[in-house]
Amino acid sequence: MSRKSHPHESAALHVSGEASYADDLREAAGTLYAAVGMSESAHANIRSMDLAAVKASAGVVAVLTAKDIPGINDCGPIIKDDPILADGLVQYIGQAVFVVVAESYMQARRAATKAVIDYDELPAVLKPLDAKAAESFVAPPMQLVRGSPQEKLANSPNRNSGTLSVGGQEQFYLEGQISYVIPKEDNQFHVYCSTQHPTEMQHAVAHALKLYFNQVLVETRRMGGGFGGKESQSAIFACLAAICANHLNRPVKLRLDRDDDMMITGKRHCFEYDYDIGFDDDGKILAAKIEMVTRAGYSADLSVPVATRAVCHFDNAYYLSDVDIAAFCAKTNTQSNTAFRGFGGPQGAIAIEYLIDNIARILGKDPLDIRKINYYGKTSRNTTPYGQTVEDNVIHELTAEIEASSDYHQRHSEIQAFNKTSPILKKGLALTPLKFGISFNVVHFNQAGALVHVYVDGSILVNHGGTEMGQGLNTKVAQVVSHVLGVDLGIVRATPTDTSKVANTSATAASTGTDLNGKAAENAALKIRKRLCDLFVERFGGEVDDILFADNNVRNGSHEISFNELVEQAYLERIQLWSDGFYKTPELNWNKDTLTGRPFYYYAYGASVSEVLIDTLTGEWKLLRADLLHDAGNSINPAIDMGQVEGAFIQGMGWLTTEELKWTPKGKLATHAPSTYKIPAVNDCPDDLRVKLFDNKSKFDTIMRSKAVGEPPLLLGFSVFFAIRDAIASVADYTQNPELNAPATPEAILSAITGLQQP
Amino acid sequence: MENNSTSHTKSYASLIHCTRLFRGFEKVNQDNQIGSPNRNIQFLLNNEIVRVSDVEPTKSVLSYLREDRFLTGTKEGCAEGDCGACTVVIAELESEGLSLKSVNACIQFVPTLHGKAVFTVEFLRRQNNGNLHPVQQAMVDKHGSQCGFCTPGFIMSLWCLYNEHQEAKTIPIRSDVRSALTGNLCRCTGYKPILQAADAMFEVAPVTFDNDGLRDKLLALKTESPSTYSHTEGQLHSPTTTAELLQLRADHPEATLLAGGTDVGLWVNKQFRTLSSIIYLGDIPELKSITQNDQYINIAAGVTLSNAYKALAKHYPEMNQMWERFASRPIRNVGTLGGNIANGSPIGDSMPALIAIATRVVLSSVRGQRELLLEDLYLDYMKKDMAADEVVTLIKIPLPLADQAFRCYKLSKRYDSDISAVFTGMAITLDNDLVSDVKIAFGGMAATPKRASHTEQFLLGKSWDEATAKQAMTILKQDYSPMTDMRASDQNRMQSAMNLLYRFYLETRPVNPLTKEMTDVFGEV
Repeated sequence: MSRKSHPHESAALHVSGEASYADDLREAAGTLYAAVGMSESAHANIRSMDLAAVKASAGVVAVLTAKDIPGINDCGPIIKDDPILADGLVQYIGQAVFVVVAESYMQARRAATKAVIDYDELPAVLKPLDAKAAESFVAPPMQLVRGSPQEKLANSPNRNSGTLSVGGQEQFYLEGQISYVIPKEDNQFHVYCSTQHPTEMQHAVAHALKLYFNQVLVETRRMGGGFGGKESQSAIFACLAAICANHLNRPVKLRLDRDDDMMITGKRHCFEYDYDIGFDDDGKILAAKIEMVTRAGYSADLSVPVATRAVCHFDNAYYLSDVDIAAFCAKTNTQSNTAFRGFGGPQGAIAIEYLIDNIARILGKDPLDIRKINYYGKTSRNTTPYGQTVEDNVIHELTAEIEASSDYHQRHSEIQAFNKTSPILKKGLALTPLKFGISFNVVHFNQAGALVHVYVDGSILVNHGGTEMGQGLNTKVAQVVSHVLGVDLGIVRATPTDTSKVANTSATAASTGTDLNGKAAENAALKIRKRLCDLFVERFGGEVDDILFADNNVRNGSHEISFNELVEQAYLERIQLWSDGFYKTPELNWNKDTLTGRPFYYYAYGASVSEVLIDTLTGEWKLLRADLLHDAGNSINPAIDMGQVEGAFIQGMGWLTTEELKWTPKGKLATHAPSTYKIPAVNDCPDDLRVKLFDNKSKFDTIMRSKAVGEPPLLLGFSVFFAIRDAIASVADYTQNPELNAPATPEAILSAITGLQQP
Repeated sequence: MENNSTSHTKSYASLIHCTRLFRGFEKVNQDNQIGSPNRNIQFLLNNEIVRVSDVEPTKSVLSYLREDRFLTGTKEGCAEGDCGACTVVIAELESEGLSLKSVNACIQFVPTLHGKAVFTVEFLRRQNNGNLHPVQQAMVDKHGSQCGFCTPGFIMSLWCLYNEHQEAKTIPIRSDVRSALTGNLCRCTGYKPILQAADAMFEVAPVTFDNDGLRDKLLALKTESPSTYSHTEGQLHSPTTTAELLQLRADHPEATLLAGGTDVGLWVNKQFRTLSSIIYLGDIPELKSITQNDQYINIAAGVTLSNAYKALAKHYPEMNQMWERFASRPIRNVGTLGGNIANGSPIGDSMPALIAIATRVVLSSVRGQRELLLEDLYLDYMKKDMAADEVVTLIKIPLPLADQAFRCYKLSKRYDSDISAVFTGMAITLDNDLVSDVKIAFGGMAATPKRASHTEQFLLGKSWDEATAKQAMTILKQDYSPMTDMRASDQNRMQSAMNLLYRFYLETRPVNPLTKEMTDVFGEV
């Protein structure tokens, strides 16, 4: 049952249009529709707000503002600086100022544009570096120093310093944000929400309405994509819909139009880096100093943990003996940036990859050689800057495998030869590695619960605290249960996530979904299995340890009974056939003040090789071939894991190439729809894309010895960026380091080429 | 989406007046029976006849399907025709027979379905006795869905491709599949398993689409019907002849002309414009004709971009990459060349290409016809040499000249379905290595699609060599002062335009010209 490439549990529903998303649920009679009125100023005090035209607009039932919130006007996940509705002060263009409820979706949206708001403009800070200069932060800066970086830098035979910019990224879940709230008896609320974090939604709604948590039920069957964007930032919409439903005592749906969604919600944090690195003549890094300034946006949201993860991933796969990493969460008058697959990890790691790339060109070496001599050792040179020992390092063998399977060296020479004779088009090649820490960086989030029900007919229901956003979590958890109880996967059904079942759940985030919830479900299933074993021994004798659950049967050497029959007998014997399960990740500790400890239970590894062709006249480019090799441990479902790897690679590539966020000089996001914001499309996926899972087993006691796979492969996209940089470098015969920022749009590429050609 | 525009941009005032006028029809609409002057919208929905008389004229097919019919398999991802989550298949009888095409339901208005057939994802299982259709089975087998939200849209694009090839007894090659999926975004899979599913969909037992049955049903649907659909929210006129159209245009200068709706749909979804008077061009057979004489390929204004592409491909293979990159398949399936031209966006792709080959355009009104060079249609930003009662009716594209070298180049962040930062069409004729004729037009460089007159003037009579090309590149700065926006900076636009001129030189120089393989990152289409 396990370790099989079963299709996604909803695959047949997906392809037939029968899978229900929040907006597909049959609406309760009397349902109303809400729309958000947004700030048109990046930073201002509201002098006055004339909502008469909004109220008079066709179909409008109510218009609510901050004063209509019965409880706390805040939906911030950590720090309370995220008003649900602006109360006097607006801090970015797009900020929610009021909410309008109407008889139809279009009527509500139309009305929302009709407010006349008088703004008393305040100076707006729109760029992270400007915010840093003004010492405007959403949280205190953080710094991690190990060894004597300053001294080592000063004594390094070679040094390289400079700056780098890496842009943000819109999650672009295909299903926009949506919450549908139905008021129930006795001041209770049923919230259907597309969210990665039902429990946090429950808390936010309860706070906003001044209720106990037990009065709010949040249910999530599935999301049409999340990618981090529905971790904390589904809260404002859940709260707004709930406030309206509460106010009117009617069901209220708030579904965001795509443009509004992109205008209101935060994205992946963009980063500005200022680096200084010292290295020996072989390219071994002796010391590194980096300052990372990230765009937090107008509020803290998850920026502090994002920056922390960036700090903890600056090392990527490399041992840095003497290092100084500083991170600043700059407060800007823009959307509040939030989680996005990788959560700062990719932003930390890309910086060191850029530096490695620089070292190679300065020394006239192949970047791969520089990478390899800086890799973490297996028994020495194996402590991270934050003090965790890397115990499961497979990057050496993984690199060796992909180096050979991708024919790296042969192609490297061929490309150099091609570039000598091709006047306009140039090719580039890069191999980049990844190491990614698995666990929430906040120890107490690393817990999960599950419920397994075995019904008398032998069918099984599993409920857990994780949410399904396409990653196949429910499929994998069901596989775990079917494995433990030895039954067909088809008889195991996963339920919607529901805060009234498993309580106090963590977000489905940080790649931990299967690790945590799979273990919790296993724990629940094992308890039931134990009870069935006891009954089996009572009936047939023998030892519990000799009993096998497989092929829908339970047997030992001498007796066999069908799972269903045993279940029926257990019921008649009044044996509990359902169970809870719980799991907490062991061995974690983290000191957030010193930024040291063991934040991660283990690491996932991977590497990719990309070959690109660029046009030196326009900067347009094409990915010709990519090889991906990724460590998913002992994969529970190889097809699902390969899907994660391929999808993350293309998404990572999009972040670093086609996806560009632009704001107008007044601070309005100019790229707020797919017409202006370009995620990879079908022709961005090359025909020659070779994907393989690395043959490995987790060294640690993870669920079925698998490894988390959601976020890590996003870093595989690095190789595309560095292959582009390699192609650009060919223009100056690899003697100069192209100043290429991400995203590597045609404009950025052409600008980097132009920079080389100038004396 | 500006470059997908298919409607004629017109100012439209006195909407309130119109709305008031039609209030009187409210009663008539409600008991819409025999004798009513109103059109009953009649179409096939998943093969069953549906009659609609109470939707507002600008109600999108998507919201109709989801809200009124509870067919929630079709999803909304962007409401601007850019993500494909709402893809449905529309079938209609055209002069050459039954056509099935993938379409974005979010920007189609319900009344335009009159006389057509719509198929949604819910139809596919029905077509195969409740089992998954081969397209669906292949997607399951190849793990082509993750979150599943974009999936129905992909299924419908693939289903359209499947039916087309099954009818022709062919199997699509990879580039056909890619082309069919240019309008569908997936954020989860990275597309590989979806491409694999497309390869696998012919490997299972086939399910045949009943073309003949549908044809008969559509024929039966063709009944005499008033050409105007009235509703309290406004009117939609569907003339069936050009003469009727011109009269309507003269009578309703404030009305919005609607063809593919790829721009007008956004006015409604994103700008909340109320269009109380619409003239729909999709029911006029004359406007869908393509003819050819010894000088011109004549493309009537209502010809879809897909059909225009087909007609031009054999004459102008140089345009093929432009067409492949022009919006997406579903947009090209409904958007019209006439609409793109009449909208005249400065960042539209077809105009610079067509201007470079001296395309002419015919404007018609009740007062008569006049013909002008396409470039002369554009006066200033979104301003055209077109009277309130005039309509673009014909585009006359000259046949290729034997000694003329022609190229068009598109520059955008993404290959598929992206609005150009810079687009250019360039044509040159050499006489003994001297430039005897040259036309260079750019989009994205000025307030209108515009020719590089200084540069052209400079080039005339010069030897087409490196020094000339380099000089021409600097003169290009006299022709354009582009702007900065989210697609590119002014500087980058200028530099790219100059470099594209250089590329044109490299490809067309008399001595040792570079082949496409040596200059084009994207290779042959």
